[in-house]
Order: sequence, then structure tokens, then C-alpha cells
Amino acid sequence: MSRHTLSVLVENKPGVLARVAALFSRRGFNIDSLAVGPTEHDDISRMTIVVNVEDLPLEQVTKQLNKLVNVIKIVELDNSQSVQRELMLIKVRTDSESRSHVLELVNLFRARCVDVAPDAVTIEVTGTTDKLEAFVRVLEPYGIKELVQSGMVAIGRGARSITDRSLRALDRSA
Amino acid sequence: MTEKMTGAQALVRALEQVGVETVFGIPGGAILPAYDPLYDSTKVRHVLVRHEQGAGHAAEGYAQATGRVGVCMATSGPGATNLVTPIADAYMDSVPIVAITGQVATPLIGTDAFQEADISGITMPITKHNFLVTKAEDIPRTIAEAFHVAATGRPGPVLVDIAKDALQATTTFSWPPVMQLPGYRPVTRPHSKQIREAARLMSEAKRPVFYVGGGVHKARAAAELLELAELTGIPVVTTLMARGTFPDSHPQHMGMPGMHGSVSAVGALQRSDLLIALGTRFDDRVTGQLSSFAPHAKVIHADIDPAEISKNRHADVPIVGDCREVIGDLITAVRTEQAEGRKGDYAEWWRILNGYKETYPLGYEEFADGSLAPQYVIERLSALVGPDAIYTAGVGQHQMWAAQFIRYENPGTFINSGGAGTMGFSVPAAMGAKMGCPDKVVWAIDGDGCFQMTNQELATCAIEGVPIKVAVINNGNLGMVRQWQTLFYDERYSNTDLQRVKRIPDFVKLAEAYGCVGLRCERPEDVDETIRKAMEINDVPVVVDFVVHQDAMVWPMVAAGTSNDDIKYARDMAPNWEGGE
Repeated sequence: MSRHTLSVLVENKPGVLARVAALFSRRGFNIDSLAVGPTEHDDISRMTIVVNVEDLPLEQVTKQLNKLVNVIKIVELDNSQSVQRELMLIKVRTDSESRSHVLELVNLFRARCVDVAPDAVTIEVTGTTDKLEAFVRVLEPYGIKELVQSGMVAIGRGARSITDRSLRALDRSA
Repeated sequence: MTEKMTGAQALVRALEQVGVETVFGIPGGAILPAYDPLYDSTKVRHVLVRHEQGAGHAAEGYAQATGRVGVCMATSGPGATNLVTPIADAYMDSVPIVAITGQVATPLIGTDAFQEADISGITMPITKHNFLVTKAEDIPRTIAEAFHVAATGRPGPVLVDIAKDALQATTTFSWPPVMQLPGYRPVTRPHSKQIREAARLMSEAKRPVFYVGGGVHKARAAAELLELAELTGIPVVTTLMARGTFPDSHPQHMGMPGMHGSVSAVGALQRSDLLIALGTRFDDRVTGQLSSFAPHAKVIHADIDPAEISKNRHADVPIVGDCREVIGDLITAVRTEQAEGRKGDYAEWWRILNGYKETYPLGYEEFADGSLAPQYVIERLSALVGPDAIYTAGVGQHQMWAAQFIRYENPGTFINSGGAGTMGFSVPAAMGAKMGCPDKVVWAIDGDGCFQMTNQELATCAIEGVPIKVAVINNGNLGMVRQWQTLFYDERYSNTDLQRVKRIPDFVKLAEAYGCVGLRCERPEDVDETIRKAMEINDVPVVVDFVVHQDAMVWPMVAAGTSNDDIKYARDMAPNWEGGE
């Protein structure tokens, strides 16, 4: 098994997320991470889907996704040829004594403190899965009260855009 | 042209514009606004069925008989959910239908309103695509898109769910609308490099076989297939969905492959060194145990749906495209090969295959007590009715016998439920086929189990003047399940006996109650006369109750999950493969 990152351009319409999610579950594929959001074009949303599958099932899932009428384009993003980020918000137990230690870790990881209370701080951190996991490990001794994490978003390196050609297709059909 | 009208009127106008002539359906609360302008349409004939499932299968039968999109209509909630089975059936067999359902008014959606069901959610995995329309102005465009998606690429069912307030609202109608389907671009032109590679493999192969599926007729490519087959001299097998796509009488035809295929067809695939799979999907009922299917064969796989290629079996030469274009291009490429002196030599292969054909022809057991063998009935039907009729079948033993013992010569003359295996398919499908092709004789070959699931549509046939003919192969049992109980469950016949009290129901009386002619035949010597009598009646539907022996079994058989190599042509009788080699 290996992790693959798929960027899926879809029409910005109700129910599209349900179609994609239903397809994964029906064909027996597990989604490791999913992020959906708008793009530079109002009519297009972009999903970043991380799946953990062999190459052959991946080809099958890509073909099945392509058959969904609302799916415009699918690109697999290679780890080395793309920038991948996740966002995490972590609420850590602190007191006057431990707070400075925690803030030191925040600086080391280039994270940000976004909220401070007498007995806790809330930290925002972005990065790759590995970095976030490492950050959580060093905070664990202080006591993690709450943690929330986004799906991964990813974008290819270099000047090329995967939306360009799709936009042209969209313009033609409009 | 821009006119003011209601959403319902726009719906009917859009249906007229896309060329719909027949709609099968039942009205109800949420779809009621659409039925009012439908009442006035002179172009669209609405056929009032007795159950929405009948509407769906009728639309399928219509679509398969005519090659045009079949249309069914139902109201929200239970009306829509009754369409689920035919929609799933159409999805599995790639049948182009459009299902139009009423939905509760937009403000009520999601409130568990009366007769509310999330039919677009329910049908998401069993439609090619579906739409929920909540604005009147979206109706014409959505109808245009639905028919386009259903009919093009790999055909399939499309559902359009329309909220009641969208039907009632006022809008402007203009035609043609601009479709907005940026993600829908089916590939129909095959890649020329793959075509050349395929042609090269075909001339190099020693034991090639054309493995032909339903996609070839869907592409209207039977004539091209015949030309390619005769050009190459390569044997042909036709799957359940492809019966008739290549003439049964043709010497290159090896029969139907699969679980109940002929020894010659199954043997041809298993011994092959090259499968040329056209418009087919390596279904488990054809391949048997996948790991031992055609173990020595390279695979050329052509299909319009890229997701079918290498789904079950790796394709050495994948070809994405419409089968008519693929076969046309293959003909050209093979001619080029032959012109350059490369022509396959299949003489040794034909010696083996002809051995299979001669040694293991299709056969069946007759009963010493003078009772009727179901295969004999179907064989006589074929002989007397002939290859110009359309035959439909339900699912089970009678379906397999209809696939085996009717001699099909023309594409599209066998309409049945292959992928989904939907019992009850045949009567409503025959109704739809007959309405689409009124000049054709249409025979529904049905089992007594299937017949009791959907025979209410006989009322529709009688009232609407649709004189189909139904041959009920009545063995009083759920015969195929009983066969498995005989073979694999120690003859413990759990819940397969439908007539513990004989003649409940009496199918002759039932036919008469529905305004049809009912006939009964119980002895071999009466079969021909009964069929002739049925053939003479052309003003009302006819139901023939053929009372057959309950112990007849479908052979050959590859037991589920086992290898095609272990096919039995009768109980415990395995072919001797080496004998032919």
C-alpha cells in the first residue's frame, strides 16, 4: 500500500461531495484525508483526496471518479513535485510555569499561538503530515486538551496550473 | 423562440423536443402538475402502467428494441422508490433510460414530508447521473442533458427529480438550451496505435477468439463484426447480452460462453491464446474463477468505458472507443496486415473447435412419463416463431434456455436482464419492446416465479392494445434456485415450491381476467398446435401456460466460483478437453 494524493476538480454544485464519497465507499476504497474548497474559478471546486491503495486499485478509482459527470479533471500529485500542507489547531494545557516551554516549541516548529487562557494555549500549525505528527508528540507531555486537523491540500510546483485547460473546457460548454 | 409557461409545460415541451414518443408511468401528488400538460400533448403518448417497476422495465424494453432512450415517470416517495429496481437493472446492462420523478416542494425537502424520499441520493450508485431540479428555468436544460448523458458514451439510466414547486412556477421556454456538462466527454475514437497492435496480435495468434458483449449491438456494429469475423476467420462467442449480435447459424459462431454456456464457447475461451474482447466486461458469470479464466490468452479489450478495461482482467492492448469505430478501424488494419502478407493461420484451432462443437452440442433430457421438457417448448418456439421476432426473458432457468435454444440471427432480438438478474423483467420489457416496434412479434419467455412478480402489466397491454405473447415455462418452482438446491444443498428444497397447491394461481384464468387469451399446454404433442394458435391471435395479448417437468436442469454448467475448465455438460459429465487436441 502507498499513499497517493489526488487533486480532483469538480463542478461547484450541491451533492458532488456526496457522489465522490459514495463512490469511494461503494468501490471499497478508504479515504485517508479529504479537503474541499473553492478555487480561483467560481464554478469549480477542488478536492484533495489522500488514499492509501496499491497502484492498480488507484487506476480503477481514478477511472471511476472520471466517470462522475460532475468531475472535470483528476491529477495525481507526486510528493516531490508538489507542496502539501495540513492545518492543525491544538489546545494545550499550560500554567505559568510550562507556558514558556510550550511557546518555545511553538517557535521551533514555526507554529503560532492564536489564543491564550490562564490554563491553556491554542496553537495553529501548518505543515506536512510528518511535521504535524512530530509537533503533537512534543506537546503530548504537557497535556493536549483538544485537537482539530484539516485534510491535506496540495498544489504542484512550478508555473503550470492544472485548472487552465479545465477552465477552457468549462468556457466552451457555457 | 421564447415563451412563457409553467415548469410542467416546459417539461412536456422539452420531452417533445428531444423526440420522446412514449412515456411509461403512474401519476401521483408531486408529479401531478406534469400530468396536466401531458394530457394535452399530441406528440407524447403516456402509457398508464400498473406498477412503477413495470414502467421502468417497459422503458428498458423500449430502449433496447428501438435503440432510443426509454422514458418512465413516477411520483415522489414510493412511486420513485418503485423505480429503483429497473434503474439498477438498466445501470447493470447499460440501457439508456430517463426516469422523471416528482419531488415534494422545495421548502419541504429534508423535512420528512408526505411521500418524500431522497431519490437522487438513493439512486446515486445506480444511475449514470442524476439531477435534482428545484427551479423551473432549469427544467429544459436538465432534460436535454439527461437525454444526452443517457444515450451517449456508455449508455445508462439518468434520473431527473423535479420539485413540485418548480413544476408549478412560471418560466420562459426556449429551445435548444445550452448544456452545461464540462466533465462529460466520452471517448469514442479509438487510438490508432492500439488498433495496429491489435491487428498485429490477431495475425500472429494461433488460437484467437472474438469475445463479444452487449456493447457491440449498443454501438450498432453487428454488420461490422460480421465483416471482421469473416475477414479474419476467427471464431466468435456471444455473451448473454450479445445473443443475436452474430448469427447463430454462422459456422464461426461457437455459442454463448459462461456459467451456462456451450462447451464449445467455454472451451474456445479457455484454450485461447488471444481474446479480442469487444464491448464486454469480463463478468464473473462469463469468467468463472477469474484466476483460471483463459489462462494462456493475451487480451485485447475494447470498450467505450475506460473503467471496464483491466478492471477484472489485465488488458495487454487496451482500446477505449465506440465498438463500431473500433471494429471499423480493425477491419482496415487487418486488411493492411493481410495485404502485407500477414494472415493468421487458424486451421489447427478450427480442427479443435469443430471437435468441441461436434462432440458436445447443446442437448437436454426428455422425460419418460410423457411430461413436457421446457427446452423442447423453447426449441419449438424458435422453430415456429423464427428469428425475426423479439424475445424477452425474465431471470432463471427459462432465461438460460431462451438464451440457449432460441436461434438468434438478428441483433437486439433477445432482451433480458443480464447483470442485475431481475426477476419479473420479461412481461413489462416485452410491452415496452412491442410499443417501440409494433410491427414485430414479441414473445415474453417467462418463468412462473418471474411471471407472478410483474404480470399486472398484462392489464396495461390489454387496455392499451399491446398484443404481446407470453410463454410461461411453468415448472411450479423457483427453478434455478431449485436446481442449486438439487446440486449443492442435498435436494433440500427450502422455499422454492410455488405450487404446493396446484394451479394457484391458474394462469389461464389469470390471463382471461386481464382481458388476454389464456392457453395451456401440458404434453409434447400439443406444443406446436398451441404455439400456432397463439401466433394466430394478434388483437389481444396471449398467455400460454406451458406446464413443464420440475426436474429439468440447465446444462452445461460451471458451478459458481469454480474454473471454466470444470464445466459439466450434464450432471457429473465433464468434457474431455484433450480429446479434441
